[in-house]
Amino acid sequence: MSGPPPEVYQYQPGDPRLPPRDQGSRILAPLRVEGVRGVAIALVSTVVFFTVAIVAVLNSSGWPLIKASFFDGVVFADAFPKILEKFRRNVFMFVTAEILVLVVAMAIAVLRSLTGPVFFPLRLLAAAYTDLFRGAPTILIIALLGFGAPALAIRGLPDSDVFWAVIALTLVYSAYVAEVYRAGIQSVHPSQVASARSLGLSRGKTLRFVVLPQAVRRVIPPLLNDFIGLQKDTALVAFLGYVEALRQAAIIQSATFDFTPFVALALIYVVITIPQARFVDWLIARDLRRRQTAAGV
Amino acid sequence: MSGPAADGRALVLEDVHKSFGKLEVLRGIDLELGEHEVVCVIGASGSGKSTLLRCVNLLEPIDRGRIVVEGEEITARGVDVNRIRRRIGIVFQAFNLFPHMSVIRNVTLGPTEALGMSRSEAGAVGDELLGRFGLFDKRNEYPDRLSGGQQQRVAIVRALAMKPDILLLDEVTSALDPELVAEVLNVIRELAMGGMTMVLATHEMGFARDIANRICFLDAGVILEQGPPEQIFTAPREERTRQFLQSIIEAGRM
Repeated sequence: MSGPPPEVYQYQPGDPRLPPRDQGSRILAPLRVEGVRGVAIALVSTVVFFTVAIVAVLNSSGWPLIKASFFDGVVFADAFPKILEKFRRNVFMFVTAEILVLVVAMAIAVLRSLTGPVFFPLRLLAAAYTDLFRGAPTILIIALLGFGAPALAIRGLPDSDVFWAVIALTLVYSAYVAEVYRAGIQSVHPSQVASARSLGLSRGKTLRFVVLPQAVRRVIPPLLNDFIGLQKDTALVAFLGYVEALRQAAIIQSATFDFTPFVALALIYVVITIPQARFVDWLIARDLRRRQTAAGV
Repeated sequence: MSGPAADGRALVLEDVHKSFGKLEVLRGIDLELGEHEVVCVIGASGSGKSTLLRCVNLLEPIDRGRIVVEGEEITARGVDVNRIRRRIGIVFQAFNLFPHMSVIRNVTLGPTEALGMSRSEAGAVGDELLGRFGLFDKRNEYPDRLSGGQQQRVAIVRALAMKPDILLLDEVTSALDPELVAEVLNVIRELAMGGMTMVLATHEMGFARDIANRICFLDAGVILEQGPPEQIFTAPREERTRQFLQSIIEAGRM
């Protein structure tokens, strides 16, 4: 007797096993089911909820004080351009660190994925690296490198805060991203490797042409998670005394005794993540389209 | 592509043993295959058919015995496995196409990266093969867009693009819907008539009977019985073979 039929998943248009991809927002999804009546109820309850909430806050006894110290229009108008100007330094730091992370993390992930007893020391090193830099608080790594490394006065290495901050962020985030890559590498089915090796491709070429392209596509969303974390952690470089956006906001705050500059900075951070999230959505949608619609038509 | 000691035998397996942990899957396989011969390996699930084919392709290292292809012992120490695999094609039950590559790139990856062909040269070989098997209009599609039968035909073309000496087919129709089986079997039939040396593990008994020069019945890790299809299917010597064929008939598969 032959065994049970093999489970080979194969997408067919209209296949119930693959739920139709929700291209819109999850939040709005239930409304489509409920119809016009559902939309009306949602609208009314939303208006009521936010009206009540806003009225409650605005009429609270502490609101005038909060408004003056956190949402002062005049301070905002003065602080925002100055903070934005210094935020360019954060952008420089995270863009540089992100490029380095992509490369370093890949190297570590590949080292950890090597099989065979010969590679044991390399796997051990890669694992130790991940444990160390994922385990230690980022601010400590920045402090240790930012204050300590320049004191070593190694010839040929710059002693600027930015240089060591970027190195520290790269070391820490490479540990996170290496794990993300490794999860991606392990998610590629062994039959893909068997298939590539059966064509006579070497281990290296199998990794390069078959495993990594599939692995990287799958980990783009968690990769963005870590990158947003990295972007926010550039604020920790303020600890070194380097005047980036957070330090600039703190300077204005101590001069005006008003916290509005911090709100302005928070706003900048939130705003820059939104286009990145949409970009990742677009990447995923494009990849899906390419794989599931007729090519060249 | 005959080796130095070629003697008309394309493939020789001698006393091949293979265990996974404590489970001994192959318990001494002896098999010879002549040039242009088509051998079908039949047997129940778990009898070792897939493992046998994977061992010949060196996807699984063997524990004992030796495998000789065109006069060269491929299981010898220090043999370059990549070089051997380029000469032995394998097609899997689940197709295993590369989902992130177009059909033509699936087909040309081996020739360009393992054989060092130029892209244009490999593309020409690929297009010729795709055309021969009615897949030319699919060359720029991605595998997810194809039917199972089309995917499996692409997988066969991908293996053929390497111009292998031997082609191994591991239950290549078992994952297909019944109406898609014929298109794949027709491709294999065409290859057999073209003189391709092939080993097929299959449950398609009618087809095996039709195209095989020889049938091997694999049972519990050994080749219990082998012979021409007429003899195996009509007058098997072994009781186990009879039982197996009876169960196939009862399942309506023959």
